[in-house]
Amino acid sequence: MTLRRKACIVGAYEHPTRKAPDKTVAQLHAECARGALADAGLTPADIDGYLCAGDAPGMGANNMLDYLGLPNVRYVDSTDTGGSSYIIHVAHAAAAIAAGKCNVALITLAGRPRSEGSSGVAPRAIVPTVPDAPWESLYGPVTVNMYALVAARHMHQFGTTSEQLAWIKVAAAAHAQHNPHAMLRDPVSVQEVVESPMISDPLHKLDCCVVSDGGGALIVARPEIARSLKRPVVNVLGTGEAIKGQLGGQVDLTWSAAALSGPKAFEEAGVKPADIQYASVYDSFTITVLMQLEDLGFCEKGQGGRFVADGNLISGVGKLPFNTDGGGLCNNHPANRGGITKVIEAVRQLRGEAHAKVQVPNCTLALATGIGGLLGSRHGSGTLILERA
Amino acid sequence: MTTMSQDRPLGETITDAATEPFWAAAKEGVLKIRRCTACSKPNWYPRPVCPYCFGDTEWEATQGTGEIYSLTVTRRAGPIPYAMAYVRLDAGVTMLTNITDCDLDALKIGQRVKVVFKPAQDGNMLPMFTPA
Repeated sequence: MTLRRKACIVGAYEHPTRKAPDKTVAQLHAECARGALADAGLTPADIDGYLCAGDAPGMGANNMLDYLGLPNVRYVDSTDTGGSSYIIHVAHAAAAIAAGKCNVALITLAGRPRSEGSSGVAPRAIVPTVPDAPWESLYGPVTVNMYALVAARHMHQFGTTSEQLAWIKVAAAAHAQHNPHAMLRDPVSVQEVVESPMISDPLHKLDCCVVSDGGGALIVARPEIARSLKRPVVNVLGTGEAIKGQLGGQVDLTWSAAALSGPKAFEEAGVKPADIQYASVYDSFTITVLMQLEDLGFCEKGQGGRFVADGNLISGVGKLPFNTDGGGLCNNHPANRGGITKVIEAVRQLRGEAHAKVQVPNCTLALATGIGGLLGSRHGSGTLILERA
Repeated sequence: MTTMSQDRPLGETITDAATEPFWAAAKEGVLKIRRCTACSKPNWYPRPVCPYCFGDTEWEATQGTGEIYSLTVTRRAGPIPYAMAYVRLDAGVTMLTNITDCDLDALKIGQRVKVVFKPAQDGNMLPMFTPA
């Protein structure tokens, strides 16, 4: 069964907050759900599918569904692949719709890592029953160094430079200056990135995404329902998901799970990387973007540094406009999980509702892709290709 | 720039059926991996069931030597900088570890290293590596 044009994204909402000390995580989920329903022109009674991931407080959908009070849900999914979960949720919602399990599926994400003092250098929680924990936890793996290991290998093997990685942040910042909700709105230069404090070689402070409170929600619906609503119709065209780990000890940091999820999505969509007019690429760190661009086939393996340099990702300047909301690097990384904001900005672009300064003219084909978990050890990738009908 | 390694306080190891023989060998200064009795492939981290063919695996001693596959000096996670690395063992697997007892800024990918053992809080010995 192909999911090509079997479902549409009819609602997309990004919470405007970036710091919410006075709200609970559950409340943020509910406010995001409300925002997406309003965007779509639907009511809670229309929702018959619900998807959430590990940021949702409680046991899968059990607690959040009861909290939200959606009375007609008959399909649930709490797949968790870290920050990429919500990209995969769109695919799962589309599959459920195609299989007749639901008609209108809601996806929510929310969190308050900024208010709770989370950061990419904080020790990660050790769960003794996780099979890799005894062999790794005492060495001090934190989020940033498990991405830095990939960047260091890429530089060694392919000659990638810190200046090239910095261009990814420069492009995100060039876009964020037009987003009134973005956490960081000042343009930055390559020099400012490479002169920012070294966190874990070769990743500097400005190679890392923001830590923000907030959330987002998406609504995926059957095409007949999408066409009955007043918003531009955004079709799900292709989907892919994959998990990659350490390969039993044959560790290879030169490719990510996007090398598996990407081709599946392109095949299902029937399009090529060169056809994509706008790309939302999960930017937990600059290296995350570089790896995905190569693995999705936007350039040859090892050529990502050259590809991103000189503004090639800046809307109106380069060949592949990316993360026109400012991305996780500058705009928002709610719950330390950036997947949903990737889909939301792709929807804005396809509807022609991105900021005028960054809107891709006549954008009809877009991609959203994400890596969740730890790029340098175990991660999940989701790739989504969307078109404006 | 020079960043001499300092011993960091290590927490307690996780001891269970999967790890106990490993810690016992480590106390004798031996780094062990597991190898499949069916397909003969080594695996890391050590698993009793082979991740390639689902066969049974058994412990095997290594020489504790290898080379750095990737490396990052983490400078802002706590007061003591430390080197996270993947080391490709001559025994045929690549493991996440720390490089220690050296100038962290002088380390290079591709450099030869050998195992050293550092005491964890519970007295078990954790394998790390130092330039050979």
